Amino acid sequence: MDASVSFQARRPLITVTPHGLYCEPGGFHIDPWHPVERALITHAHGDHARSGHQRYLGTRAGEGLLRRRVGADSHIDSLEYGEPLKLNDVTVSFHPAGHVLGSAQLRVEHRGEVWVISGDYKRAADPTCAPFEVVRCHTFITEATFGLPIFRWDDTREVAEDILRWWDANRAVGRAAVLFCYALGKAQRVLAELARLTDRPAFVHGAMQSLVEVYRDAGVKMIPTHLVSEVAKGTSFAGALVLAPPSAGGSTWMRRFGEAETGFASGWMRVRGNRRRRGFDRGFVLSDHADWPDLLRTVADTGAERVLTTHGSAEPLARYLREQGVDASPLATQFEGEAED
Amino acid sequence: MRRLADLYERLDQTTSTNAKVDALTRYFQEAPPEDAAWALYFLTGQKLKRLLTTKLLVGWTQELTHIPDWLFAEVYASVGDLAEVISLLLDNLERPSTPEELPLSQWLTERLLPLRVLDATAQRERVVSWWRSMPRREVFLLNKMLTGELRVGVSSTLVVRALAKVAGLPAPDVAHRLMGTWTPSKEFFQQLVSPEVSDAEHSRPYPFYLASPLEQPPEALGDLSEWLVEWKWDGIRGQLLHRKGDVYLWSRGEELITDRFPEITEAAKALPEGVVLDGEVLAYEDGQPLPFARLQRRIGRQKLTPKVLAEAPAAFIAYDLLEQDGQDLRALPLRERRERLAALLKHHPTFPLSPAVEASSWEALAHTRSEARERNVEGFMLKRLSSPYLTGRKRGDWWKWKIDPFTVDAVLLYAHPGHGRRSSLYTDYTFAVWNGTDLLPVTKAYSGLTDEEISRLDRWIRAHTREKFGPVRSVEPEQVFELHFEGIQKSPRHKSGVALRFPRIARWRTDKKPQDADSLDSLKELLHAGA
Repeated sequence: MDASVSFQARRPLITVTPHGLYCEPGGFHIDPWHPVERALITHAHGDHARSGHQRYLGTRAGEGLLRRRVGADSHIDSLEYGEPLKLNDVTVSFHPAGHVLGSAQLRVEHRGEVWVISGDYKRAADPTCAPFEVVRCHTFITEATFGLPIFRWDDTREVAEDILRWWDANRAVGRAAVLFCYALGKAQRVLAELARLTDRPAFVHGAMQSLVEVYRDAGVKMIPTHLVSEVAKGTSFAGALVLAPPSAGGSTWMRRFGEAETGFASGWMRVRGNRRRRGFDRGFVLSDHADWPDLLRTVADTGAERVLTTHGSAEPLARYLREQGVDASPLATQFEGEAED
Repeated sequence: MRRLADLYERLDQTTSTNAKVDALTRYFQEAPPEDAAWALYFLTGQKLKRLLTTKLLVGWTQELTHIPDWLFAEVYASVGDLAEVISLLLDNLERPSTPEELPLSQWLTERLLPLRVLDATAQRERVVSWWRSMPRREVFLLNKMLTGELRVGVSSTLVVRALAKVAGLPAPDVAHRLMGTWTPSKEFFQQLVSPEVSDAEHSRPYPFYLASPLEQPPEALGDLSEWLVEWKWDGIRGQLLHRKGDVYLWSRGEELITDRFPEITEAAKALPEGVVLDGEVLAYEDGQPLPFARLQRRIGRQKLTPKVLAEAPAAFIAYDLLEQDGQDLRALPLRERRERLAALLKHHPTFPLSPAVEASSWEALAHTRSEARERNVEGFMLKRLSSPYLTGRKRGDWWKWKIDPFTVDAVLLYAHPGHGRRSSLYTDYTFAVWNGTDLLPVTKAYSGLTDEEISRLDRWIRAHTREKFGPVRSVEPEQVFELHFEGIQKSPRHKSGVALRFPRIARWRTDKKPQDADSLDSLKELLHAGA
């Protein structure tokens, strides 16, 4: 990257408009939150992939999930990771973000100036998706969901072993273990991590099953799953592991498990108060977002001379980077990262 | 230390009461008594006298992690627990794979307590070396002890239940043995769980019996003649002991306040020995209670000069007799305890008997209740005449029937994140009323909203923030809340000139606009109305 070239006097290549991140020379929006003509989508989570756009462009690996999210008859084109496409005189390409299946960072190049929009990303290994790829750029728009120095993830394998121990302990006393986690990404990652340790089947909530199927079709190895609702009435869930989205907590759906322990797999579980406030028995610190050390490492790896931070702790991360000599500032978007509930 | 960390983890990882009692029971059975004594010390909410300043701990953490002040403040605001913040930040330190282990009592006596006499340099050297050698969860517990705030989140009832199981004793006996001041030692713990009746420590008060708020109409309590009705005094609940020539005055918070009220404790020496009274410490003059504010002024004073004593003379109004001639009377019916109390106090007029309020019916009583405010009392206490003196808050025999609180409609102006369980939410609020065309802050309030309302309000606050001052946010003045409070007094320390007592949120008035909120003038009128 030629650091002597400064593009900052020019109008920014990507700006925030009422519809979302917009690249004017390319004539496209990135993960827009209101309907637009041409939307480039980093990944299929609801705060990034919304329905109603005229044309979508995403990754091939993420196409199945995107279609499920925005509707089967939407106009969706896709690119392989790294495959360039010219839109006007702008070249775009998607690069693995390591967040969920098919997730990507978007590289946007215009007259020698390169921007990378990270979408959501993590650097930790994940058997369900392609690992994060460092893309050198002039301007890096990074997520900052966990942009505080208290967020530091333990080795995923240790967390998976913890989950299995918790399941075993509940099994030993004939209780169900209900683990709340996001239906897209986290659930499949847990099932895949557990597959390294056991081949016992788990039960999943209806909102997860079809997504699990998409992952299986993509060749991700996970422990076998049964749908909770397909079990014969009156079947005991004693000793079972059940995966459910957080929204199922406290609902009548939970009654069928009788006396159950509850857990939540999320980066927010790093802070004790977050778990206790929600009344979970156990918190497993497992996130699909970069922790503080990895946010800093990634900013350095990209070689970006300018960093824009969005969602979560955008302000503290930007300020910290500035104090380290990086030109950084927060960018107001409507992305949510890992919601606390 | 590891055993305590295991216990803490077990307690922390379950929401089931039985599982908590089981974990406690196992701990008390397995831990050496000298360690169990210290664990109990912390479990019952007692704190070490300050070992070092938290400022030092924060400074050392920042040196080790290179976290600037503002970022530390930001992190603290999002976690809400200093000990936890430090242990999370220090997680990047290299730690030995087989950490050393030292029993809890040795941690306390050989390491922590001696810190107090060391200078800051020596303190730093020790604390940092511990931080470097312990696993994260033990660093967290260590920090909790260093900051003097190790609360485990189990109620004392559960601790007592577990101890009673271990000792094979009824829970009230164990609760009694835990009252007052005790030193965490091997001997103390062994006596505590010993099945033999030990000679009771003579300074030890009885566990207080607490009334529950009356939520049903009083008629539901049945025949009025079966009840003793007293005014609910607005003072400090206390137990006055005269045993073996010594006098002790304990507050309900199990704080020894003997020295704070010399006129009461002097007079108590005239009482027969082997007597324990339950009653209320009040500011009291010419046979009448004074407003609580007078007593409060006295509590705030470091030195009890003759002037202070004259301004707020205190008296102990007795309402129950728990011990006479050294005999525990708690199992007797209230009717009999009360008769004995009246007979006793006849000879000791310095201790007024809390009078029974006579009324012909519940309806007539409700009418009398409206006089409560003029009498500087909070309402009525309703006590079943046949009831024994129980332990803790047991519903059924003792009720408090308070007068309706004052209300004010106020506008939310500032929000501050909560602590502990509520650390990632905005739960502490500052409210304002109109002063001309300005909104003037009058009070803070924390409690009263449901969890669902708190998270809804939290989202609203985040979306309607005007400015941030560190962790505090000012918000658009749009949301109106109905606040309840028990009293109002002049306060030169507040910008509004008034201070509210026990303010809490009664209702989120989504039906009201900010212009419908009350004015400072209408609040000040309550000052004159004798509130």
